Amino acid sequence: MLEIKNLNVHYGVIHALKNASLTVNKGEIVTLIGANGAGKTTTLRTISGLNNATSGEIFLEGQNITNLPAPDRVELGLSQVPEGRRVFPEMSVLENLELGAFLRKDKTNIKKDLEHIYELFPILGKRKHQSSGTLSGGEQQMLAMGRALMSQPKILLLDEPSMGLAPLLVREIFKIITDINNSGTTILLVEQNASMALSIAHRAYVIENGSIVMSGTGEELAKSSEIQKAYLGGK
Amino acid sequence: MDQFLQQMVNGLSLGSIYALIALGYTMVYGIIKLINFAHGDIYMIGAYIGFAATTYVHLGFFPALILSMIVCAILGMIIERVAYKPLRNSSRITVLITAIGVSLLLEYSMMFFVGAEVRSYPKVLTNHLFHFGGVRVNMQQIYILVTAVALMILLQYIVTKTKTGKAMRAVSIDKDAAQLMGIRVDKTISITFAIGSAFAGAAGVLVGIYYNSIDPLMGMMPGLKAFVAAVFGGIGSIPGAMIGGLAIGIMETLVAGYGNSMYRDAAVFAFLILILILKPSGLLGKNEREKV
Ligand SMILES: Nc1ncnc2c1ncn2[C@@H]1O[C@H](COP(=O)(O)OP(=O)(O)O)[C@@H](O)[C@H]1O
Ligand SMILES: [Mg+2]
Repeated sequence: MLEIKNLNVHYGVIHALKNASLTVNKGEIVTLIGANGAGKTTTLRTISGLNNATSGEIFLEGQNITNLPAPDRVELGLSQVPEGRRVFPEMSVLENLELGAFLRKDKTNIKKDLEHIYELFPILGKRKHQSSGTLSGGEQQMLAMGRALMSQPKILLLDEPSMGLAPLLVREIFKIITDINNSGTTILLVEQNASMALSIAHRAYVIENGSIVMSGTGEELAKSSEIQKAYLGGK
Repeated sequence: MDQFLQQMVNGLSLGSIYALIALGYTMVYGIIKLINFAHGDIYMIGAYIGFAATTYVHLGFFPALILSMIVCAILGMIIERVAYKPLRNSSRITVLITAIGVSLLLEYSMMFFVGAEVRSYPKVLTNHLFHFGGVRVNMQQIYILVTAVALMILLQYIVTKTKTGKAMRAVSIDKDAAQLMGIRVDKTISITFAIGSAFAGAAGVLVGIYYNSIDPLMGMMPGLKAFVAAVFGGIGSIPGAMIGGLAIGIMETLVAGYGNSMYRDAAVFAFLILILILKPSGLLGKNEREKV
């Protein structure tokens, strides 16, 4: 589904992503875990086309998308829930969701998908005419996810959906991520909350200082002593 | 009382012209955070297009208005493409200086091509006067008000109801997030310049008809005043620009009518200073933190 090969990204002189390669197969939940500043957001932004790679390649369903502008990638079925939600605060919940469907022309199906989003996140249905800046952090996260789903993505990229949320909400969000995956959407999940991420992921990659240093199934990594020590607070 | 109402009518006519120009300032600022100093000159070019259309081609009011709007929309897009787009990642001061350069280029190119002399619009509207009690309203004023209000309603509709308008708002708020929705930022900026410039073009034709005289430097003062109007309304806010434009027009006419017409320009700029001291974010503006 998604494959990145030897990707390098620089911010001026900072080498933020070093020869990173990873693969996400159709139907999987793959997680990329790592500490703050490791390069997780950079990876997602480069996949989405918000940052440019200095070298390396990105393939979506076999097609080389490395040099495509971000909107074209959305059209091909890639959708990102950015770090910090980035909802449009002055706009209503409904307007945010409609913007998620910006490239779609099938009006009747958009209506149906809206209903589907309201089923997935009932709170969004209740607040659809409220301006989204007034939502709580958890509600904004749900809105950002709903908005990303409105483009009918083949693969959904999530950047730290648990950030700043209470544990109960985190569990709810992760449950919904699993549901989204079960209904057929492939997922690449970036997280600092390694234990939660590993618990729902089929496979995982670990990134440190811009390099991918380890990979395996979610279970394998959760058991690995190095991971325990570095990310799971174990001894 | 009649005299006051008369001043209000005159002020509203002038103010709706300022409002049309202020809208372009505010929309462009909203989307790329640029005070487009060339905006007043697009209004000047609009006035000349209207002049040429009515004088040489003998078009009526509405065809001339529409022609001017179309030409200005194209001009605005070209200016953005050629002068501002290459500077998308430069500092704001660089783009600002470029805008001043574009402004001078437009003014003095026009002077070169059409001469510096003042020209008069032909009579495209009848001189009919309507009397409401002691208040006189002429045909030009009615056309100005109706045209301005219609354009503002149209703009409000575009911005709140159409996909293009929603894209414009999304890009103004957050360019990255907008791209993640599949919105093409460059195209959206281009459309914003087109709409803002078309409105300036319309204002140019209206002024030509109202004051009946145009010249290559006519854009400077109304450009500045419309800028004050946009700041007063809260730069970036569309309803703010409408209210700001009307307020500045009325204020200017009242100062001229009751005080001394020598002070009308000074009053507007004194007002700008007051706003900047008392409420820099303007009437409807957000108190936005400067992003670093
Ligand atoms: N816009 C930027 N300009 C300069 N450096 C940046 C920028 N964004 C991120 N970085 C740097 O790149 C590295 C990776 O950052 P990021 O991808 O945001 O990490 P993470 O998401 O894993 O916390 C960090 O060292 C960070 O300081
Ligand atoms: Mg991050």
